[in-house]
Amino acid sequence: MEKAKPGQFVILRIDEPGERIPMSIADLDKKNGILTIVFQEVGKSTAQLGSLKEGDSLADVVGPLGTPTHIEKYGNCVCVGGGIGIAPIHPVAKALKEVGNQVTSIIGARNKELLIMEEESRASCDNLIISTDDGSYGFHGFVTQVLAGILEKGEKVDFVFSVGPVLMMRALARVTLPYKVRTIISLNPIMVDGTGMCGACRVTVGNQTKFACVDGPDFDAHLVDFEELLKRQRMYLKEEKVAMDNFISKMDQSAHHHQSHKPS
Amino acid sequence: MPEQPPEQRVKNFKEVPFGYTEELAKIESQRCLFCKKPLCIAGCPVEIDIPGFIKLIAEGDYIGAAKKLKETNSLPAVCGRVCPQEDQCEKVCILSKKYEPVAIGNLERFAADYEREAGEIEIPKIEKSTGKKVAIVGSGPAGLTVAGDLIKMGHQVTVFEALHKAGGVLVYGIPEFRLPKAIVQSEVDYLAKLGVEFKTSYVVGMLQTIDDLFASGYHAIFIGTGAGLPNFMKIPGENLNGIYSANEYLTRSNLMKAYSFPENDTPIFSGKNVAVLGGGNTAMDSVRTALRLGADNAYIVYRRSRTEMPARKDEIHHAEQEGVKFDFLTAPIKFHGTEDGWLKSMECIQMKLGEPDESGRRRPVPVEGSNYIMDVDTVIVAIGNSSNPLVPKTTPGLDINKWGNITADPETGQTSRRGVFAGGDIVTGGATVILAAGAGKKAARAIDAYLKTL
Repeated sequence: MEKAKPGQFVILRIDEPGERIPMSIADLDKKNGILTIVFQEVGKSTAQLGSLKEGDSLADVVGPLGTPTHIEKYGNCVCVGGGIGIAPIHPVAKALKEVGNQVTSIIGARNKELLIMEEESRASCDNLIISTDDGSYGFHGFVTQVLAGILEKGEKVDFVFSVGPVLMMRALARVTLPYKVRTIISLNPIMVDGTGMCGACRVTVGNQTKFACVDGPDFDAHLVDFEELLKRQRMYLKEEKVAMDNFISKMDQSAHHHQSHKPS
Repeated sequence: MPEQPPEQRVKNFKEVPFGYTEELAKIESQRCLFCKKPLCIAGCPVEIDIPGFIKLIAEGDYIGAAKKLKETNSLPAVCGRVCPQEDQCEKVCILSKKYEPVAIGNLERFAADYEREAGEIEIPKIEKSTGKKVAIVGSGPAGLTVAGDLIKMGHQVTVFEALHKAGGVLVYGIPEFRLPKAIVQSEVDYLAKLGVEFKTSYVVGMLQTIDDLFASGYHAIFIGTGAGLPNFMKIPGENLNGIYSANEYLTRSNLMKAYSFPENDTPIFSGKNVAVLGGGNTAMDSVRTALRLGADNAYIVYRRSRTEMPARKDEIHHAEQEGVKFDFLTAPIKFHGTEDGWLKSMECIQMKLGEPDESGRRRPVPVEGSNYIMDVDTVIVAIGNSSNPLVPKTTPGLDINKWGNITADPETGQTSRRGVFAGGDIVTGGATVILAAGAGKKAARAIDAYLKTL
């Protein structure tokens, strides 16, 4: 992974029957060979990943994959991370700062409990702004509202980079469009191989079909067809539920099994 | 050859033909005329001594027959199953003038299976170590062939594979019912036993470039990355849910075993009315997979006519037996979807055959006003692949043609870069397993010659 650059991702499999799960690289300690990924337990695979203990191993990890985020000196940059998207903006913010940009990071979550990587985010930018949907910490509202406020005040913004839920990124694109600020978002559509071989991750950008795994995952937010992306991301909702229910009942069974064997 | 009856096999993923019994193999082998000047050998891309191995079967020396096959073909169990014999060795068999040709493919499969099942796979003689290291990029039929040949010549061989399992198209593309994965695995295990090192989940072009591999001590590199970039129709609605590339559909089902979801985590959506676009082997694999995944109606939609279909005769025959419907001279022009983004129907237009095109086949031309709607919930696009750009893009000085294929000498696989060889679909565009193996064979010889000059 020595070659990994900000904006790239890996694909991992937990075990032999496991699916190939794309994960953004949240941090990379090349010296000690430590790759950090951050995930939220939303389905079977992430729940299973969360159930692993220290010392457990994965079946395989492949990467780095995808085109790295283009880093250059833009001037004033704003990095916007929503929810779990806070993790992948961290290395990008760090890289932007390293080449001499003034970097503001806006990170937000539904509430204070769910806010991640506050300290790391603070260290990787010049100015950190926090928001929570319920107002339990920082600005009461969405990250996009914070960005809108900055732009409305007339502050100079040369470049926006953002990762978060698709709805958030769509809202963000609408916020920056009238100001014509160059806005790059990192997408995480459904993938299989991650090397451009299957086309599961196709996304329409500027009326052209792109493969997010190799052409992206970064794209110009003002050109992405968000409606299509939203629909494609929901393709396996039914199967995701089946897999999750199956996993929960297996976990319950094994918990029950363990209990019944406890010495009294 | 005895096989699973169609009504039974469409409900499972087990291999369709059972293979010859010893008795059947003997009877078939005795049909061979053992021609003095056999035409079949010239019809084989890897020049197997066909009468030679058939003779050994006739004599009951099945292990000897397998060894004879392996002298020139590293993958006989695979090729016996997936080669288009009717266009190669069997086409020129002298018997075919009056009768059915000798079933060379079936006999090849028999000998290779016999050896594997007998567990008598002998390790061939390996030449003294040359101290030369060769990197092979891609573990499909081309890469596996090069690996097998070079290791026997005494070179040190490492195979890099992007996916988590070695075998390339043999594991992600060709379904279990046509090529059981255990067979591919045993071929890979055999090479590993000979000393070939396999590095899976290793994307050359991303993790390391070709130049990095040279820098880390490899003396020569073979690129056999295949035609891994799916073509789409480029017509409206193609990104609706329910429309897959054949690569994705087959990878989910074969490599990721989505047919046994949720025991395996990877899901697949395969509906009740499935149309597969294309007329090649990949299209047949896809449409027959769709039946096994529960389709009520499975169609091949092909813009030319039956005679132009490039698929193996056997595959077309099997598909027909299993109830696949063929819509020839039909081309989709638009996909219609539901509000929430799912495929609802496909608008098609009738075609007629016009003048021959550059491929020599009559070019299909649309019949004005013949549009009609086909109700389908799943479409699988199997109209071929382009070459994956990951390696060419990251290798300065490596020439490619206008289709993105690597330019290589057809006799040696030599590319525009010194010490870099290439073969298989990355050079020819989507072709067959045996042509890739044949290219691998030639490249191995050329690489060996090159290594001797160092």
